[in-house]
Amino acid sequence: MPTIATDGIAEDKIRHPTKKLTISEEVAIEMVAVHKWYGEFHVLKDINLTVNAGERIVICGPSGSGKSTLIRCINRLEEHQKGKIVVDGVELTSNLKNVEIIRSEVGIVFQQFNLFPHLTVLENCSLAPIWVRKMRKAEAEEIAMKYLERVRIPEQAAKYPGQLSGGQQQRVAIARSLCMNPRIMLFDEPTSALDPEMIKEVLDVMVELAESGMTMLCVTHEMGFATAVANRVIFMDFGEIIEQNEPHNFFNNPQSERTKLFLSQILHH
Amino acid sequence: MAVISENGANTRNLITRLWSNRETRSVIIQIVTLTVIFATLAFIFRNVVINLDARGKEFNFDFLFHPAAYDITFSPFIEYSSRSTHLRAAVVGILNTLLVAACGIVLATLLGFIMGILRLSSNWIVNRTVYCFLEFTRNVPVLLHILFVHGLIVIQLPVPKKAVNLADSFFLTNRGFFIPKPVWESGSGLVAVVLLISIAFVVLFKRWAKKAQDSTGRVYPVLGISTGVIVGATALAFLAADMPLSWNIPELRGFNFSGGIAIKPEFIALWLALSYYTSSFIAEIVRGGILAISHGQTEAAHALGLRPNRTLQLIIIPQALRVIVPPLASQYLNLTKNSSLAIAIGYMDVVATVGGITLMQTGKEMETMIIVLLTYLVFSLIISGFMNLYNKKMALVER
Ligand SMILES: Nc1ncnc2c1ncn2[C@@H]1O[C@H](COP(=O)(O)OP(=O)(O)OP(=O)(O)O)[C@@H](O)[C@H]1O
Ligand SMILES: [Mg+2]
Repeated sequence: MPTIATDGIAEDKIRHPTKKLTISEEVAIEMVAVHKWYGEFHVLKDINLTVNAGERIVICGPSGSGKSTLIRCINRLEEHQKGKIVVDGVELTSNLKNVEIIRSEVGIVFQQFNLFPHLTVLENCSLAPIWVRKMRKAEAEEIAMKYLERVRIPEQAAKYPGQLSGGQQQRVAIARSLCMNPRIMLFDEPTSALDPEMIKEVLDVMVELAESGMTMLCVTHEMGFATAVANRVIFMDFGEIIEQNEPHNFFNNPQSERTKLFLSQILHH
Repeated sequence: MAVISENGANTRNLITRLWSNRETRSVIIQIVTLTVIFATLAFIFRNVVINLDARGKEFNFDFLFHPAAYDITFSPFIEYSSRSTHLRAAVVGILNTLLVAACGIVLATLLGFIMGILRLSSNWIVNRTVYCFLEFTRNVPVLLHILFVHGLIVIQLPVPKKAVNLADSFFLTNRGFFIPKPVWESGSGLVAVVLLISIAFVVLFKRWAKKAQDSTGRVYPVLGISTGVIVGATALAFLAADMPLSWNIPELRGFNFSGGIAIKPEFIALWLALSYYTSSFIAEIVRGGILAISHGQTEAAHALGLRPNRTLQLIIIPQALRVIVPPLASQYLNLTKNSSLAIAIGYMDVVATVGGITLMQTGKEMETMIIVLLTYLVFSLIISGFMNLYNKKMALVER
């Protein structure tokens, strides 16, 4: 069950949200009439969503509503069966070249971190730059160190993921994605596998990332985070986008009954 | 009196103190354990000496240098006749054990990996067929498999005169399989030298490619180039040396084949049975190893833009091997030890020669058994030594 935790974010971030960031006219992601089925089960129903470069979008909704499926369609970890998805001007089709281009432009952070346990933190981060971007090892490691510093764990570079705490592992996972210099970052409940005291360190990194102008789609129930950085909150239920709004209005003035019910449930927890 | 009782209390105190201290306690335990082990060994040794004495037997290995006076039908590596010594018979036996174990390990690994991967196939028929085969194989004792395959060959295959003829070069009969024997002519030395050089080149090239990637970022198709160099250079040398290879093809002479290489039914039966029996365990190990790597690993690699073959090479295989190798090692040990069932079908391994006929002829139970035991012990230690090295190198650092 989703939990809400507003204390994850520094107080001042909530009072002075980072919304003034410029959002460009450029379209980063466009989904038109997207449908997806798992066998008979209709997971995504007529999804229409346009994300501009620099936008920070939070997606919430009850368990099983298709949030993960939606964002995983954006980098083809799941395949949609109907409709059109265009990422950074490249359409996702079964053309493997396009999939490759999009995957190297889009980073994703998973709930379960999915770090490579047999590689050190530094190797986790430099692996894709070396093998996908064909970078020199020294250069790739330099970049890896840069992002490890940005997520504030450069001193862990030589350790293996198994030696780190959950919060540290998730920050490595974020750094690993950033090393590919993505234009878009996807997050699938990045803090829900973490102990409460580690949630903040991860959210802080995500807030900084938002402030740097990264286009972000984030599935989360951290309402504090949504208020602080999102410029749009999307509510999904039964595979549909029910409602989307700017966070203040979304939380204080929900339009649909289902949104009201969902918000009352997570706020009462 | 008071003094004595005080002393007693002190000693008791001392022991309690030593016992409750973790370090001294472990020293005490070690001393006790060693004492027990040595006492047992000494007892056994004394018993042996007394018993041998009582029967008027001496403990020595002189018999090894006496003529063995029995035949060994299968000695592919060294000359042996019934006039050879027991030592030579022992060596033949050890080599035969080694041969069937080594061939078995290779074939079992191959079959095991193939079937383990097929078991993961999403094709229902393939998956179920392999599953049924594995379940049947694993649950029947290996001795029955050996007798079964041996029976198949000896009873079901035709006599040499009516041999199953494969392409006029391979002949399957109830006296064994006959296959062409390569005959190297002058100039084949050149081919061998070129092959060695190209292997050395590939090793160096691999290192160089790694360095080049580190310093320039360029990724070279190492596997393709390596295969190309080895196959290409060797083939060129082979042609240049005027194809210095001919085949000695087995021919039917009277009641049996001559020429070529004759593989005895005992060897084939033992080899095949041990291989497919062990491979059914290896298949499960391989399947488990691959399944142990969560789908999240593949997804994370794909999401970073790694292609499927790189994902396999850099992420899946290294992790799966860590899970697969340790139990694989114990299957290799099992196969080696199971090869002692050779005696059931008359394959002359170390148990059948030294531990069988030599023992009965000389009555040297202790000595022959020591040789047999040491043989298996050394093989086992070598296999597990390699595996330990590998594990040490690959051990995952866990929290
Ligand atoms: N591989 C699959 N095969 C069949 N059904 C699936 C598969 N993956 C997900 N589903 C179903 O699709 C629906 C949407 O799943 P999804 O993971 O997108 O939900 P979610 O909104 O992310 O939920 P949660 O908050 O629990 O993560 C669920 O009902 C789930 O059972
Ligand atoms: Mg989900």
